[in-house]
Amino acid sequence: MTVVFKKTKGLTNKPLTYCPGCTHGIIHRLVAEVLEELNILDRSVLIASVGCSVMAYDFFNTDCIQAAHGRAPAVATGVKRVRPDSIVFTYQGDGDLASIGTGEIVQAAHRGENITVIFVNNAIYGMTGGQMAPTTLPGQITTTSPYGRDVKTQGEPIKMSELIATIPGTYYVERVMTADPVSVRKAKTAIKKAFQNQVDGKGFSMVEVLSSCNIGWGLSPVDSLKYIKESMAPYFPLGVYKDKGKAE
Amino acid sequence: MKGRVSFDNDTCKGCGLCVSACPMKILALDLSKVNKIGYNPAYCIDQEKCIACTNCALMCPDSVITVERLDI
Repeated sequence: MTVVFKKTKGLTNKPLTYCPGCTHGIIHRLVAEVLEELNILDRSVLIASVGCSVMAYDFFNTDCIQAAHGRAPAVATGVKRVRPDSIVFTYQGDGDLASIGTGEIVQAAHRGENITVIFVNNAIYGMTGGQMAPTTLPGQITTTSPYGRDVKTQGEPIKMSELIATIPGTYYVERVMTADPVSVRKAKTAIKKAFQNQVDGKGFSMVEVLSSCNIGWGLSPVDSLKYIKESMAPYFPLGVYKDKGKAE
Repeated sequence: MKGRVSFDNDTCKGCGLCVSACPMKILALDLSKVNKIGYNPAYCIDQEKCIACTNCALMCPDSVITVERLDI
């Protein structure tokens, strides 16, 4: 018997604090596996955000800094400039990156910082109790939009990958999802590419991962994977939005 | 028998994502057991049918699954 799958060394033995079925766990594992495979675990620095993933510093077997809400790209900029040999990545949710931290992510992308950003989009504020986020889908019911998001008064959901891809300083932007084994494999490929870009000194890479929040959405874990595929993916189309490596 | 799948029962949160991902439909939640953290852990009904595809482990958010493949 050969072991073909076991828990990666990139994660600590601490049990994850996420709800049962939350795909944060899958994305944590993918990032940790990539760090292990690229052999950069010992020089990686995670910049944790605020949100459900606020405890990420307990789970990753890397050095970690907990940044103020939304400010992870700014802290990552500092770490990368002071220690250029380290591999610096931020792990941010949609409340962190697309709402309070929009300024930081846009400016870091404009400066073309050589960092990797993992953006977990679950269309809701999960940690605080399922309030409407900038990425909440039109008509989606949350605790602060009980009749569904009304785009006339609350606007359309913000599409961060498209926005970041228009910035000249960015190197690589892709959107993936974690709805089934196939898409999880694709997500890992994208995350690996984003880290490889940093190792090669290429520049700013961001991977947006469509994730679930079964508690906030009021669905079972299995139904929320269907929701990602059938409701989120049509609004947030998957794919590579920018890859300067391909264009060169 | 092509593979073997094993679970770390005490950290499984019983979300059922592995059950839905298994192409051979040989995984289930063990409703007769409650683990240390209060959930019904997943288990394999029929180890003989496992093809070691690793789909269950890929979808497990808590990394509780280990998959082994039989050497030929």
